[in-house]
Amino acid sequence: MHYRTRVLVSSLVIAAVALAACESAKPAGGGDGAVIVFAAASLTAAFTEIGDAFTAEYPDVEVVFNFAASSELVTQIGEGAPADVFASADQSNMTKLAAVGGNSTEPALFARNTLEIIVGPGNPKRISGVADLANEDLIVVTCAPEVPCGAYAVQIFTNAGVTVVPKSLEENVKAVVTKVTLGEADAGIVYRTDVTAAAAAAEGVELPEDVNVVAEYPIAVVAGAPNADGAQAFTDFVLSQRGRTILESYGFLAP
Amino acid sequence: MSSGRPRDGRARVPVPALALAAVAIAFFALPLVGLLWRAPWSSAWGYLTDDDALTALRLSIVCSLWATALSVVFGVPLAWVLARVEFPGRTVVRALCTLSMVLPPVVGGVALFFALGRRGLVGQYLDRWFDIRLPFTTAGVVVAQTFVAMPFLVITVEAALRQLDQRIEDAARTLGASRWYTFRRVTLPAVRPALMAGAVLSWARALGEFGATITFAGNFPGTTQTMPLAVYLSLETNPEEAIVLALVLIAISFAVLVGLRDRWFGARTTVAA
Repeated sequence: MHYRTRVLVSSLVIAAVALAACESAKPAGGGDGAVIVFAAASLTAAFTEIGDAFTAEYPDVEVVFNFAASSELVTQIGEGAPADVFASADQSNMTKLAAVGGNSTEPALFARNTLEIIVGPGNPKRISGVADLANEDLIVVTCAPEVPCGAYAVQIFTNAGVTVVPKSLEENVKAVVTKVTLGEADAGIVYRTDVTAAAAAAEGVELPEDVNVVAEYPIAVVAGAPNADGAQAFTDFVLSQRGRTILESYGFLAP
Repeated sequence: MSSGRPRDGRARVPVPALALAAVAIAFFALPLVGLLWRAPWSSAWGYLTDDDALTALRLSIVCSLWATALSVVFGVPLAWVLARVEFPGRTVVRALCTLSMVLPPVVGGVALFFALGRRGLVGQYLDRWFDIRLPFTTAGVVVAQTFVAMPFLVITVEAALRQLDQRIEDAARTLGASRWYTFRRVTLPAVRPALMAGAVLSWARALGEFGATITFAGNFPGTTQTMPLAVYLSLETNPEEAIVLALVLIAISFAVLVGLRDRWFGARTTVAA
Protein backbone atom coordinates (compact mmCIF):
# COMPACT_ATOMS: atom_id res chain seq x y z
CA MET A 1 0.00 0.00 0.00
CA HIS A 2 1.12 3.53 -0.65
CA TYR A 3 2.57 5.27 2.42
CA ARG A 4 0.00 8.04 2.43
CA THR A 5 -2.89 5.59 2.05
CA ARG A 6 -1.56 3.51 4.91
CA VAL A 7 -1.45 6.55 7.18
CA LEU A 8 -4.99 7.51 6.19
CA VAL A 9 -6.36 4.00 6.65
CA SER A 10 -4.65 3.58 10.03
CA SER A 11 -6.02 6.95 11.20
CA LEU A 12 -9.52 5.91 10.26
CA VAL A 13 -9.13 2.56 12.00
CA ILE A 14 -7.88 4.25 15.17
CA ALA A 15 -10.72 6.76 15.09
CA ALA A 16 -13.22 3.94 14.57
CA VAL A 17 -11.81 1.99 17.52
CA ALA A 18 -11.93 5.12 19.67
CA LEU A 19 -15.56 5.70 18.69
CA ALA A 20 -16.41 2.09 19.43
CA ALA A 21 -14.88 2.54 22.87
CA CYS A 22 -17.16 5.54 23.32
CA GLU A 23 -20.15 3.18 23.14
CA SER A 24 -19.49 2.56 26.81
CA ALA A 25 -19.75 6.33 27.38
CA LYS A 26 -23.46 6.21 26.60
CA PRO A 27 -25.53 7.65 29.44
CA ALA A 28 -26.42 5.18 32.16
CA GLY A 29 -29.12 2.79 31.01
CA GLY A 30 -30.43 4.29 27.78
CA GLY A 31 -33.84 2.63 27.96
CA ASP A 32 -33.57 -0.48 30.08
CA GLY A 33 -35.61 0.62 33.05
CA ALA A 34 -33.92 4.01 33.53
CA VAL A 35 -35.62 7.40 33.31
CA ILE A 36 -33.32 10.30 32.48
CA VAL A 37 -34.59 13.50 34.06
CA PHE A 38 -33.23 16.90 33.03
CA ALA A 39 -34.18 19.27 35.83
CA ALA A 40 -33.45 22.88 36.81
CA ALA A 41 -30.65 23.29 39.34
CA SER A 42 -33.06 24.76 41.91
CA LEU A 43 -34.86 21.39 41.99
CA THR A 44 -31.74 19.42 42.97
CA ALA A 45 -32.64 18.57 46.57
CA ALA A 46 -36.40 18.14 46.09
CA PHE A 47 -36.09 16.02 42.93
CA THR A 48 -33.43 13.81 44.44
CA GLU A 49 -35.87 12.92 47.21
CA ILE A 50 -38.72 12.50 44.71
CA GLY A 51 -36.43 10.19 42.71
CA ASP A 52 -35.84 8.02 45.80
CA ALA A 53 -39.57 7.90 46.58
CA PHE A 54 -40.32 7.03 42.94
CA THR A 55 -37.78 4.19 42.91
CA ALA A 56 -39.27 2.89 46.16
CA GLU A 57 -42.61 2.63 44.39
CA TYR A 58 -41.22 1.33 41.07
CA PRO A 59 -38.20 -0.76 42.15
CA ASP A 60 -37.35 -1.82 38.58
CA VAL A 61 -37.05 1.77 37.34
CA GLU A 62 -33.89 3.74 37.98
CA VAL A 63 -34.00 7.55 37.89
CA VAL A 64 -30.94 9.37 36.52
CA PHE A 65 -30.78 13.14 37.02
CA ASN A 66 -29.01 15.87 35.12
CA PHE A 67 -29.28 19.11 37.08
CA ALA A 68 -28.23 22.40 35.44
CA ALA A 69 -29.58 25.82 34.53
CA SER A 70 -32.85 25.40 32.63
CA SER A 71 -31.47 27.27 29.64
CA GLU A 72 -28.43 24.98 29.55
CA LEU A 73 -30.68 21.91 29.66
CA VAL A 74 -32.72 23.18 26.70
CA THR A 75 -29.46 23.64 24.76
CA GLN A 76 -28.34 20.11 25.70
CA ILE A 77 -31.67 18.57 24.61
CA GLY A 78 -31.53 20.61 21.42
CA GLU A 79 -28.04 19.23 20.72
CA GLY A 80 -29.38 15.71 21.01
CA ALA A 81 -28.66 14.78 24.65
CA PRO A 82 -30.85 11.79 25.57
CA ALA A 83 -33.54 12.97 27.98
CA ASP A 84 -36.90 11.52 28.99
CA VAL A 85 -38.26 14.31 31.18
CA PHE A 86 -37.59 18.05 31.29
CA ALA A 87 -38.48 20.10 34.38
CA SER A 88 -37.85 23.81 33.92
CA ALA A 89 -37.57 26.62 36.47
CA ASP A 90 -39.50 28.96 34.21
CA GLN A 91 -42.06 28.98 31.44
CA SER A 92 -39.81 30.64 28.87
CA ASN A 93 -37.32 27.77 28.68
CA MET A 94 -40.15 25.26 28.34
CA THR A 95 -41.56 27.46 25.58
CA LYS A 96 -38.13 27.47 23.94
CA LEU A 97 -38.09 23.67 23.94
CA ALA A 98 -41.69 23.50 22.69
CA ALA A 99 -40.83 25.90 19.86
CA VAL A 100 -38.56 23.26 18.34
CA GLY A 101 -41.02 20.46 19.05
CA GLY A 102 -38.89 19.16 21.91
CA ASN A 103 -41.77 18.01 24.14
CA SER A 104 -44.20 15.16 23.50
CA THR A 105 -46.69 15.93 26.28
CA GLU A 106 -48.37 19.23 27.13
CA PRO A 107 -46.21 21.00 29.79
CA ALA A 108 -47.90 20.77 33.21
CA LEU A 109 -47.29 23.15 36.11
CA PHE A 110 -46.02 21.25 39.15
CA ALA A 111 -44.70 23.92 41.51
CA ARG A 112 -44.34 27.61 42.12
CA ASN A 113 -41.58 29.52 43.82
CA THR A 114 -41.22 33.12 44.96
CA LEU A 115 -38.16 35.21 45.62
CA GLU A 116 -36.65 36.54 48.80
CA ILE A 117 -33.75 38.68 49.88
CA ILE A 118 -31.05 36.42 51.30
CA VAL A 119 -28.88 37.85 54.08
CA GLY A 120 -26.33 36.49 56.52
CA PRO A 121 -27.40 34.83 59.79
CA GLY A 122 -28.89 37.40 62.16
CA ASN A 123 -29.33 39.89 59.30
CA PRO A 124 -26.24 41.94 60.34
CA LYS A 125 -27.02 44.85 57.99
CA ARG A 126 -30.64 45.08 59.18
CA ILE A 127 -32.12 44.79 55.71
CA SER A 128 -35.91 44.96 55.78
CA GLY A 129 -36.84 45.39 52.13
CA VAL A 130 -35.81 46.11 48.57
CA ALA A 131 -35.39 49.84 49.30
CA ASP A 132 -32.48 49.04 51.64
CA LEU A 133 -30.60 47.39 48.78
CA ALA A 134 -30.15 50.75 47.03
CA ASN A 135 -27.54 51.65 49.67
CA GLU A 136 -24.27 51.71 47.75
CA ASP A 137 -22.21 50.69 50.77
CA LEU A 138 -23.89 47.29 50.71
CA ILE A 139 -22.49 44.50 48.58
CA VAL A 140 -25.54 43.21 46.72
CA VAL A 141 -25.29 40.33 44.25
CA THR A 142 -27.99 38.96 41.98
CA CYS A 143 -28.13 36.49 39.13
CA ALA A 144 -27.25 37.78 35.66
CA PRO A 145 -30.28 38.95 33.66
CA GLU A 146 -29.55 36.12 31.18
CA VAL A 147 -30.66 33.50 33.72
CA PRO A 148 -34.21 33.38 35.14
CA CYS A 149 -33.37 34.39 38.73
CA GLY A 150 -31.58 37.48 37.34
CA ALA A 151 -34.51 38.45 35.16
CA TYR A 152 -36.77 38.12 38.22
CA ALA A 153 -34.42 40.33 40.28
CA VAL A 154 -34.61 43.07 37.64
CA GLN A 155 -38.41 42.75 37.66
CA ILE A 156 -38.51 43.02 41.47
CA PHE A 157 -36.37 46.17 41.46
CA THR A 158 -38.63 47.67 38.78
CA ASN A 159 -41.77 46.72 40.72
CA ALA A 160 -40.36 48.37 43.83
CA GLY A 161 -39.19 51.42 41.88
CA VAL A 162 -35.70 51.08 43.35
CA THR A 163 -32.37 51.38 41.53
CA VAL A 164 -30.00 48.69 42.75
CA VAL A 165 -26.51 48.29 41.32
CA PRO A 166 -25.32 44.75 42.12
CA LYS A 167 -21.59 44.22 42.58
CA SER A 168 -21.80 41.02 40.61
CA LEU A 169 -24.20 39.28 38.26
CA GLU A 170 -23.82 35.61 39.06
CA GLU A 171 -24.22 32.78 36.58
CA ASN A 172 -26.67 30.85 38.75
CA VAL A 173 -28.66 31.22 41.93
CA LYS A 174 -26.45 28.91 43.99
CA ALA A 175 -23.49 31.24 43.33
CA VAL A 176 -25.51 34.09 44.87
CA VAL A 177 -26.25 31.92 47.91
CA THR A 178 -22.57 30.98 48.24
CA LYS A 179 -21.45 34.59 48.19
CA VAL A 180 -23.87 35.52 50.96
CA THR A 181 -23.20 32.45 53.11
CA LEU A 182 -19.43 33.04 52.78
CA GLY A 183 -20.01 36.58 53.99
CA GLU A 184 -18.56 38.16 50.85
CA ALA A 185 -21.87 39.72 49.89
CA ASP A 186 -24.32 41.42 52.25
CA ALA A 187 -27.48 40.53 50.38
CA GLY A 188 -28.78 38.83 47.27
CA ILE A 189 -32.01 37.95 45.51
CA VAL A 190 -32.71 34.20 45.47
CA TYR A 191 -35.66 31.80 45.52
CA ARG A 192 -37.30 31.15 48.87
CA THR A 193 -36.37 27.47 48.39
CA ASP A 194 -32.70 28.47 48.38
CA VAL A 195 -33.13 30.22 51.72
CA THR A 196 -34.79 27.04 53.06
CA ALA A 197 -31.90 24.95 51.72
CA ALA A 198 -29.25 27.25 53.22
CA ALA A 199 -30.73 26.46 56.67
CA ALA A 200 -28.69 28.12 59.44
CA ALA A 201 -26.13 29.63 57.06
CA ALA A 202 -28.50 32.38 55.89
CA GLU A 203 -31.77 34.13 56.54
CA GLY A 204 -34.49 35.33 54.22
CA VAL A 205 -36.29 38.66 54.09
CA GLU A 206 -39.72 38.20 52.53
CA LEU A 207 -40.88 40.56 49.83
CA PRO A 208 -44.36 42.10 49.71
CA GLU A 209 -46.70 40.47 47.19
CA ASP A 210 -46.97 43.52 44.95
CA VAL A 211 -43.18 43.56 44.50
CA ASN A 212 -42.49 39.83 44.36
CA VAL A 213 -42.44 37.62 41.33
CA VAL A 214 -43.86 34.11 41.09
CA ALA A 215 -41.73 31.60 39.21
CA GLU A 216 -43.67 28.75 37.62
CA TYR A 217 -42.12 25.30 37.16
CA PRO A 218 -43.47 23.26 34.21
CA ILE A 219 -42.64 19.62 33.47
CA ALA A 220 -43.04 17.65 30.22
CA VAL A 221 -42.00 14.39 28.58
CA VAL A 222 -39.29 15.03 25.98
CA ALA A 223 -40.05 14.19 22.34
CA GLY A 224 -38.34 10.98 21.29
CA ALA A 225 -37.76 9.99 24.92
CA PRO A 226 -35.83 6.69 25.02
CA ASN A 227 -38.11 5.59 27.87
CA ALA A 228 -41.47 7.26 27.22
CA ASP A 229 -43.45 5.04 29.64
CA GLY A 230 -41.03 5.62 32.48
CA ALA A 231 -41.03 9.34 31.67
CA GLN A 232 -44.81 9.50 31.91
CA ALA A 233 -44.78 7.58 35.20
CA PHE A 234 -42.18 9.94 36.69
CA THR A 235 -44.06 13.04 35.50
CA ASP A 236 -47.30 11.71 37.02
CA PHE A 237 -45.46 11.01 40.27
CA VAL A 238 -44.13 14.59 40.46
CA LEU A 239 -47.67 15.90 39.89
CA SER A 240 -49.17 13.52 42.46
CA GLN A 241 -49.89 14.36 46.10
CA ARG A 242 -46.71 12.50 47.11
CA GLY A 243 -44.60 14.65 44.81
CA ARG A 244 -46.29 17.83 45.93
CA THR A 245 -45.71 17.06 49.61
CA ILE A 246 -41.99 16.53 49.01
CA LEU A 247 -41.75 19.74 46.96
CA GLU A 248 -43.51 21.70 49.72
CA SER A 249 -41.09 20.39 52.33
CA TYR A 250 -38.33 22.13 50.34
CA GLY A 251 -40.19 25.45 50.31
CA PHE A 252 -41.96 25.19 46.95
CA LEU A 253 -45.55 26.38 46.69
CA ALA A 254 -48.38 24.33 45.19
CA PRO A 255 -49.05 25.14 41.50
CA MET B 1 2.72 22.24 -2.20
CA SER B 2 5.15 19.52 -1.16
CA SER B 3 7.99 18.55 -3.45
CA GLY B 4 9.71 15.16 -3.55
CA ARG B 5 12.13 15.84 -0.74
CA PRO B 6 9.74 16.50 2.16
CA ARG B 7 7.84 13.36 1.18
CA ASP B 8 11.00 11.35 1.78
CA GLY B 9 11.37 13.13 5.11
CA ARG B 10 7.83 12.22 6.02
CA ALA B 11 8.27 8.61 5.02
CA ARG B 12 10.78 8.16 7.84
CA VAL B 13 8.05 8.64 10.45
CA PRO B 14 6.53 5.24 11.32
CA VAL B 15 3.00 4.80 10.03
CA PRO B 16 1.39 4.13 13.44
CA ALA B 17 2.95 7.28 14.93
CA LEU B 18 1.78 9.42 12.04
CA ALA B 19 -1.70 7.88 12.12
CA LEU B 20 -2.05 8.51 15.87
CA ALA B 21 -0.81 12.07 15.37
CA ALA B 22 -3.40 12.58 12.63
CA VAL B 23 -6.17 11.45 14.98
CA ALA B 24 -4.85 13.81 17.64
CA ILE B 25 -4.85 16.70 15.18
CA ALA B 26 -8.42 15.92 14.15
CA PHE B 27 -9.38 15.75 17.82
CA PHE B 28 -8.17 19.33 18.33
CA ALA B 29 -9.29 20.69 14.98
CA LEU B 30 -12.83 19.31 14.89
CA PRO B 31 -14.29 21.34 17.80
CA LEU B 32 -12.89 24.47 16.18
CA VAL B 33 -14.35 23.48 12.82
CA GLY B 34 -17.64 22.85 14.64
CA LEU B 35 -17.64 26.41 15.98
CA LEU B 36 -16.86 27.81 12.54
CA TRP B 37 -19.59 25.65 11.05
CA ARG B 38 -22.22 26.97 13.50
CA ALA B 39 -21.01 30.57 13.43
CA PRO B 40 -23.64 33.08 12.29
CA TRP B 41 -21.46 34.82 9.72
CA SER B 42 -24.07 37.30 8.54
CA SER B 43 -24.70 38.77 11.98
CA ALA B 44 -21.17 38.33 13.34
CA TRP B 45 -20.15 41.96 12.87
CA GLY B 46 -23.05 43.20 14.94
CA TYR B 47 -22.06 41.02 17.90
CA LEU B 48 -18.42 42.06 17.60
CA THR B 49 -19.08 45.77 17.72
CA ASP B 50 -21.46 45.37 20.64
CA ASP B 51 -20.32 47.59 23.53
CA ASP B 52 -20.51 44.85 26.14
CA ALA B 53 -18.41 42.53 24.00
CA LEU B 54 -15.74 45.18 23.44
CA THR B 55 -15.68 46.03 27.14
CA ALA B 56 -15.28 42.36 28.05
CA LEU B 57 -12.53 41.94 25.45
CA ARG B 58 -10.63 44.98 26.70
CA LEU B 59 -10.91 43.80 30.30
CA SER B 60 -9.76 40.31 29.31
CA ILE B 61 -6.66 41.61 27.58
CA VAL B 62 -5.74 44.08 30.33
CA CYS B 63 -6.25 41.56 33.16
CA SER B 64 -4.46 38.70 31.41
CA LEU B 65 -1.44 40.94 30.70
CA TRP B 66 -1.34 42.01 34.34
CA ALA B 67 -1.58 38.39 35.42
CA THR B 68 1.27 37.49 33.08
CA ALA B 69 3.42 40.36 34.38
CA LEU B 70 2.81 39.30 38.00
CA SER B 71 3.52 35.68 37.07
CA VAL B 72 6.90 36.70 35.62
CA VAL B 73 7.84 39.01 38.49
CA PHE B 74 7.09 36.42 41.18
CA GLY B 75 7.36 33.24 39.14
CA VAL B 76 10.94 33.62 37.88
CA PRO B 77 12.46 34.03 41.34
CA LEU B 78 10.29 31.15 42.55
CA ALA B 79 11.47 28.94 39.69
CA TRP B 80 15.07 29.92 40.48
CA VAL B 81 14.66 29.03 44.14
CA LEU B 82 13.05 25.70 43.27
CA ALA B 83 15.75 24.84 40.75
CA ARG B 84 18.84 26.03 42.60
CA VAL B 85 18.30 26.21 46.31
CA GLU B 86 18.50 22.97 48.26
CA PHE B 87 16.16 23.08 51.22
CA PRO B 88 14.15 20.53 53.15
CA GLY B 89 10.63 20.09 51.82
CA ARG B 90 11.47 21.44 48.39
CA THR B 91 9.34 18.76 46.72
CA VAL B 92 6.41 19.73 48.88
CA VAL B 93 6.84 23.43 48.09
CA ARG B 94 7.07 22.67 44.39
CA ALA B 95 3.87 20.62 44.51
CA LEU B 96 2.18 23.38 46.49
CA CYS B 97 3.12 26.03 43.93
CA THR B 98 1.71 24.04 41.05
CA LEU B 99 -1.38 22.81 42.88
CA SER B 100 -3.61 25.46 41.32
CA MET B 101 -3.02 23.84 37.92
CA VAL B 102 -4.85 20.70 38.95
CA LEU B 103 -7.33 22.26 41.37
CA PRO B 104 -10.83 22.67 39.90
CA PRO B 105 -10.91 26.45 39.22
CA VAL B 106 -14.13 26.93 41.21
CA VAL B 107 -12.44 25.34 44.22
CA GLY B 108 -9.54 27.72 43.63
CA GLY B 109 -11.99 30.62 43.68
CA VAL B 110 -13.54 29.52 46.96
CA ALA B 111 -10.07 28.96 48.45
CA LEU B 112 -9.15 32.51 47.43
CA PHE B 113 -12.21 33.70 49.33
CA PHE B 114 -11.00 31.93 52.45
CA ALA B 115 -7.59 33.55 52.05
CA LEU B 116 -8.28 36.98 50.61
CA GLY B 117 -12.04 37.50 50.96
CA ARG B 118 -13.70 39.93 53.32
CA ARG B 119 -13.76 37.24 56.02
CA GLY B 120 -10.60 35.50 54.81
CA LEU B 121 -7.45 34.64 56.70
CA VAL B 122 -5.59 37.67 55.35
CA GLY B 123 -8.47 39.39 53.61
CA GLN B 124 -10.17 40.49 56.82
CA TYR B 125 -7.08 42.53 57.74
CA LEU B 126 -6.75 43.95 54.24
CA ASP B 127 -10.34 45.09 54.66
CA ARG B 128 -10.03 46.35 58.25
CA TRP B 129 -6.62 48.00 58.13
CA PHE B 130 -6.18 49.11 54.54
CA ASP B 131 -9.76 49.19 53.26
CA ILE B 132 -8.68 46.87 50.41
CA ARG B 133 -11.32 44.49 49.09
CA LEU B 134 -10.42 42.12 46.30
CA PRO B 135 -13.68 40.24 45.58
CA PHE B 136 -15.85 41.94 42.97
CA THR B 137 -13.00 44.16 41.74
CA THR B 138 -10.80 44.13 38.65
CA ALA B 139 -7.84 43.50 40.95
CA GLY B 140 -9.67 40.39 42.09
CA VAL B 141 -9.80 39.18 38.47
CA VAL B 142 -6.04 39.65 38.18
CA VAL B 143 -5.48 37.77 41.45
CA ALA B 144 -7.67 34.85 40.33
CA GLN B 145 -5.96 34.68 36.94
CA THR B 146 -2.47 34.89 38.42
CA PHE B 147 -3.34 32.13 40.86
CA VAL B 148 -4.14 29.66 38.09
CA ALA B 149 -1.65 30.94 35.48
CA MET B 150 1.65 31.34 37.35
CA PRO B 151 2.43 27.61 37.72
CA PHE B 152 2.74 27.32 33.93
CA LEU B 153 5.56 29.84 34.00
CA VAL B 154 7.20 28.37 37.08
CA ILE B 155 7.43 24.80 35.78
CA THR B 156 8.65 25.90 32.35
CA VAL B 157 11.37 28.19 33.70
CA GLU B 158 12.37 25.77 36.44
CA ALA B 159 12.90 22.98 33.89
CA ALA B 160 15.09 25.29 31.78
CA LEU B 161 17.15 26.35 34.80
CA ARG B 162 17.77 22.73 35.71
CA GLN B 163 18.95 21.91 32.19
CA LEU B 164 21.24 24.90 32.06
CA ASP B 165 24.93 24.06 32.38
CA GLN B 166 25.85 25.69 35.68
CA ARG B 167 29.52 25.84 34.65
CA ILE B 168 28.67 28.82 32.42
CA GLU B 169 27.44 30.70 35.46
CA ASP B 170 30.44 29.56 37.48
CA ALA B 171 32.70 30.88 34.73
CA ALA B 172 31.01 34.27 34.86
CA ARG B 173 31.42 34.32 38.63
CA THR B 174 35.15 33.46 38.45
CA LEU B 175 35.57 36.27 35.94
CA GLY B 176 34.36 38.65 38.63
CA ALA B 177 30.70 39.09 37.76
CA SER B 178 28.44 39.65 40.74
CA ARG B 179 25.65 37.21 41.57
CA TRP B 180 23.00 39.62 40.29
CA TYR B 181 25.00 40.49 37.16
CA THR B 182 25.46 36.79 36.37
CA PHE B 183 21.75 36.15 36.83
CA ARG B 184 20.79 39.10 34.65
CA ARG B 185 23.38 38.73 31.88
CA VAL B 186 24.07 34.99 31.77
CA THR B 187 21.27 32.96 33.35
CA LEU B 188 18.29 34.99 32.20
CA PRO B 189 19.31 35.21 28.52
CA ALA B 190 19.98 31.47 28.51
CA VAL B 191 16.51 30.62 29.77
CA ARG B 192 14.80 33.36 27.77
CA PRO B 193 13.11 30.95 25.35
CA ALA B 194 11.62 29.01 28.25
CA LEU B 195 10.66 32.27 29.92
CA MET B 196 8.88 33.36 26.75
CA ALA B 197 7.13 30.02 26.41
CA GLY B 198 6.12 30.05 30.08
CA ALA B 199 4.88 33.62 29.86
CA VAL B 200 2.79 32.82 26.79
CA LEU B 201 1.34 29.72 28.43
CA SER B 202 0.44 31.68 31.57
CA TRP B 203 -1.05 34.43 29.47
CA ALA B 204 -3.16 31.96 27.48
CA ARG B 205 -4.31 30.31 30.70
CA ALA B 206 -5.19 33.70 32.22
CA LEU B 207 -7.06 34.76 29.10
CA GLY B 208 -9.21 31.64 29.17
CA GLU B 209 -9.67 31.59 32.95
CA PHE B 210 -13.30 31.19 33.98
CA GLY B 211 -14.03 29.30 37.19
CA ALA B 212 -11.79 31.06 39.68
CA THR B 213 -12.67 34.45 38.19
CA ILE B 214 -16.45 34.07 38.33
CA THR B 215 -16.23 32.60 41.83
CA PHE B 216 -13.78 35.04 43.41
CA ALA B 217 -14.26 38.22 41.39
CA GLY B 218 -17.86 37.77 40.32
CA ASN B 219 -19.30 38.94 37.06
CA PHE B 220 -20.05 42.57 36.33
CA PRO B 221 -19.68 44.23 32.92
CA GLY B 222 -16.76 46.66 32.91
CA THR B 223 -15.28 45.58 36.25
CA THR B 224 -15.00 41.81 36.34
CA GLN B 225 -16.77 40.40 33.28
CA THR B 226 -14.01 38.98 31.09
CA MET B 227 -14.60 37.34 27.71
CA PRO B 228 -14.99 33.76 28.98
CA LEU B 229 -17.67 34.97 31.43
CA ALA B 230 -19.41 36.94 28.69
CA VAL B 231 -19.31 33.88 26.43
CA TYR B 232 -20.75 31.65 29.14
CA LEU B 233 -23.61 34.03 29.93
CA SER B 234 -24.52 34.76 26.35
CA LEU B 235 -24.73 31.00 25.84
CA GLU B 236 -27.76 31.18 28.15
CA THR B 237 -29.78 33.45 25.93
CA ASN B 238 -27.96 34.00 22.66
CA PRO B 239 -25.80 31.06 21.57
CA GLU B 240 -24.98 32.80 18.28
CA GLU B 241 -23.36 35.69 20.12
CA ALA B 242 -21.51 33.22 22.34
CA ILE B 243 -20.03 31.49 19.30
CA VAL B 244 -18.84 34.77 17.79
CA LEU B 245 -17.26 35.90 21.08
CA ALA B 246 -15.63 32.49 21.53
CA LEU B 247 -14.17 32.69 18.03
CA VAL B 248 -12.68 36.10 18.78
CA LEU B 249 -11.02 34.71 21.89
CA ILE B 250 -9.74 31.72 19.93
CA ALA B 251 -8.46 33.90 17.08
CA ILE B 252 -6.45 36.09 19.48
CA SER B 253 -4.93 33.14 21.34
CA PHE B 254 -4.21 31.32 18.10
CA ALA B 255 -2.50 34.34 16.54
CA VAL B 256 -0.25 34.75 19.58
CA LEU B 257 0.60 31.04 19.78
CA VAL B 258 1.40 30.83 16.06
CA GLY B 259 3.30 34.14 16.07
CA LEU B 260 5.55 33.20 18.97
CA ARG B 261 6.09 29.54 18.25
CA ASP B 262 8.98 29.88 15.81
CA ARG B 263 10.68 32.33 18.07
CA TRP B 264 10.83 29.92 21.01
CA PHE B 265 11.83 26.91 19.01
CA GLY B 266 14.40 28.80 17.00
CA ALA B 267 15.98 30.11 20.17
CA ARG B 268 15.72 26.82 22.02
CA THR B 269 18.03 25.09 19.54
CA THR B 270 20.65 27.78 20.20
CA VAL B 271 20.50 27.01 23.90
CA ALA B 272 20.83 23.30 23.31
CA ALA B 273 23.83 23.84 21.01
